Amino acid sequence: MSDQTVEEGNGRSSGWLQRIWNTTSVPVGAVLLAALIGAAILAISGANPLDAYAALIKGSFGDSAAFGRTLEKATPLVFSGLAVAFAFKAGLFNIGAQGQLLVGAIVAAYVGFSIEGLPAIIHAPLALIAGAAAGALYGAFPGALKTYTGANEVITTIMLNYVAINLTDFLADGPWKDLTPGNVVARTPKIMDSAAIPFIGDIPVGFLIAILMAVVTWWLLWKTTIGFEIRTVGLNPHGAQYAGIKVAFTVILTMTLSGLLAGMGGAIETQGIVGRFQPGFNANLGFDGITVALLGKTHPFGVIPAALLIGAMKAGSSQMQFSADVAKEITDVIMAFILFFVAADMIIRWILRSRAEGEKITLSSGWGS
Amino acid sequence: METTISVPIWKQVWDRLGVMGTIIIVVLVGILISYMRDPQVTSAVLNSTLRQSTPLVLGALCGLIGERTGIINIGIEGQMLFAAFAGFLANVYIGQLGIFPLGVTLLLAVLVGIAAGALLGWLLAFMSVTLKMDQIIGGTVINILAIGLTGYFYQVGLTTQGKLQPISLGFLADIPLIGPVLFNNPPITYITLLLVVVVHYVLFYTRWGLRSRAVGEYPSAADTVGVNVYFMRYANTIIAGGIAGLAGVFLTLEAVGSFERLMTNGRGFVALAVMIFGKWTPFGAWGAALLFGFATAMQTQLQFQGDLAIPHQFIGMLPYLLTIVVLAGFVGRSRPPAAEGIPYEKE
Repeated sequence: MSDQTVEEGNGRSSGWLQRIWNTTSVPVGAVLLAALIGAAILAISGANPLDAYAALIKGSFGDSAAFGRTLEKATPLVFSGLAVAFAFKAGLFNIGAQGQLLVGAIVAAYVGFSIEGLPAIIHAPLALIAGAAAGALYGAFPGALKTYTGANEVITTIMLNYVAINLTDFLADGPWKDLTPGNVVARTPKIMDSAAIPFIGDIPVGFLIAILMAVVTWWLLWKTTIGFEIRTVGLNPHGAQYAGIKVAFTVILTMTLSGLLAGMGGAIETQGIVGRFQPGFNANLGFDGITVALLGKTHPFGVIPAALLIGAMKAGSSQMQFSADVAKEITDVIMAFILFFVAADMIIRWILRSRAEGEKITLSSGWGS
Repeated sequence: METTISVPIWKQVWDRLGVMGTIIIVVLVGILISYMRDPQVTSAVLNSTLRQSTPLVLGALCGLIGERTGIINIGIEGQMLFAAFAGFLANVYIGQLGIFPLGVTLLLAVLVGIAAGALLGWLLAFMSVTLKMDQIIGGTVINILAIGLTGYFYQVGLTTQGKLQPISLGFLADIPLIGPVLFNNPPITYITLLLVVVVHYVLFYTRWGLRSRAVGEYPSAADTVGVNVYFMRYANTIIAGGIAGLAGVFLTLEAVGSFERLMTNGRGFVALAVMIFGKWTPFGAWGAALLFGFATAMQTQLQFQGDLAIPHQFIGMLPYLLTIVVLAGFVGRSRPPAAEGIPYEKE
C-alpha cells in the first residue's frame, strides 16, 4: 500500500543510503512505537515514563560497566537465538533450546570443576567444547526421533526441556553437588579459575565468541553445500528429496548443530558469568532465543542486534526497578510490541513511507510432516 | 447401494475400535485391580489425573480449533496466563464490591477470564488474518505480552473470597470409585468433559465444522463455494481463545484460588504437544491429556509416598518421558491441516 504514496522510481536505482533506510526503518520505528506504547502503559499506571526510560538506558548503556552488563546479558541470547534461527532454516521449530542450553551449562560446569591442574588455554576450551557437545547430543536426539519414528520435534523438544530441568536439578543436588561446608542449596562447585572465560576490560570474551559463531553460522548456511541443503530442506522437503538431498540426515544434522549452539551458550553462561551451575540461573534464556530469532528475522546477523536489544532491556530493568520503582515486566510488554511491529512491518512502512527490502519471512508453514 | 468388496463385520468393528478398545479395556482392568488393592490411593490418583488433564484438554481444544481453520496458535500459554490473571482480578474486585453472593462473583469472574482469552484470540486473528503476520511470531507476541502485562500489573497480597467448589451429582456421586472421581467435581471440570464432546460434534457433524475444516485444508476452494475464509478464521480463533481463557480461570478460580507470576508454567506448550499427540481431534487430545495427567498424578503420588530409592527428579521426568516414548513408539507421524500457517490472500 505504501507503493502508491512514495515517490516513484524502482528499487534498484536507489542509493545505498536509501537501502540502509529501507532495512533499518522498520526495526527502529518498531522500537520507537513500542516505547511509546510502553510509556502510555506506564503513565496510565501512575509511573513517570521519562524517569523509567532514563533509568533503563542508564542501566544498560550509562557507563562502561553498564554496557558490559548489557553484553553479558546478550551473550547467551545470541546463542539461543542462533540455535532457534538455524533450525528454522531447515523448517524445524526447536523449542528445546532451553533444555540444550541447560545440559551444556551443567556439563561445562562439571568439566570446569572436576579437572584440576590444566592450563587455562586447554581447560577453558575443553569445558566449552564439552558443553557444546552435550547440547549437540541433546539436540540430535529429537532430530533422530523425528527422522526414525516421525515424532514431531515441537513436542519432543518441549518434553525434553522438562527432562533437562529435572536432570540438571538431580545432578546439581546429587552427584555433582557443591559439598563445601555450609552450602544447602542445589548447585555445583565453583569452576576452576583455569576454566573461566575472562573479560577484556568490561567486555566479556563470551560475547566475542558469540559474534564469531554468528559469522560461522552465516558462512555455513550460505557459503557451503551443507548449508544449501539445509535451506533447501527448509523451503521444500519433498523437492529436496527429489533433488537427491538426504533429508533424514539433514534434519538430524540441523538439530545437532542447533543444539550445539544452544549448548555453547549454556557453557559460556557457566564459564563466563555464573561460575558454576545453579538451577534457575539459566531460566528462560532458551525461550528468549525464540524471540531473538524472530526479532532478528532468523538471520544470523539479525540475531546480534536483537540479542543486544533484549540484553540491554534485561540489564537496564533492575536499575529501572530500583531508581524509578517500575516493575521490570514492562520491558516484556515493550518487547512484545517491538516484535509485533517488526513482524507487521506494513504498519511502519505505511507510517514512514519506506519500501520493503528483501524477502518477507515466513516460518509457520505448519508443524512439518 | 453398489456392491463393494465385502468386509466381515467383526473386521470393520476391529478396524474402527480395535486398538483403542484394547487400550481402554487394559486401562480399566488396571484401574479395577488397583482399586481392589488400595481404593483410597486409586481414587486420589484418578482424581488428580482428571484435575491435571483439565487445563491441558482445554488448551489443546483451543489449539486444534485454530489449526483446523488454518491458524497455528503457539500463544495458548499466553492466553491462559492472561485469562487466569483477568479472572483472578475480576474475582477480587467484584468480590470487594460486596453486592453479589460468592457464586455470582465467581461466575462473573469466569466470564471475564473467558473474555480475556477471547480478546487475545481476536488479537491472534487480527495479526494472522488481517495483518498477514507470521503466525509463529503472532503467538510469540501473545506469550510475551501476557507475561509482561500480568507481571507488570501483579500486586502482592490480593485476596479472594473463595474458589469454585465441587458439585456433587446426587446419587451418581455415591457409586464406588466412579462416583467420587467423575461425579463430584467443580464446574469447569464438567464443562471441559462436555466441551470435548461438543467440539467433536461441531467440528465433524455440523455445517459450521465442515466449513471450518475446509478453510483449514483448502481455503481457496472454500472461498469459491462462498465460505467467508476471513470470517471463519476470526470466529474460530476467538472462540478458541475463550476456551484457552477457561483453562486459565480453571487455574486461578478452581484449582489454586490465587494468581502467581508465570503460574501457567508451560501448560500451554504441553497442551500444544497434547494437541499434536491427539492428531488434531478432540477425543485424541482428551486421551493424550489424560495420559499426561495420569503420569503427573503418579509422579505426585510416588513423591508423596516418599520411601523410594529413585531420586524425585527422575519421577518428575516421568510424564515427559512417557509422552516421548508413546509418541515415538506408537503414534508416529501426524498430519496437520494442510493450509495452517499460511495467510489467505483473496484473489
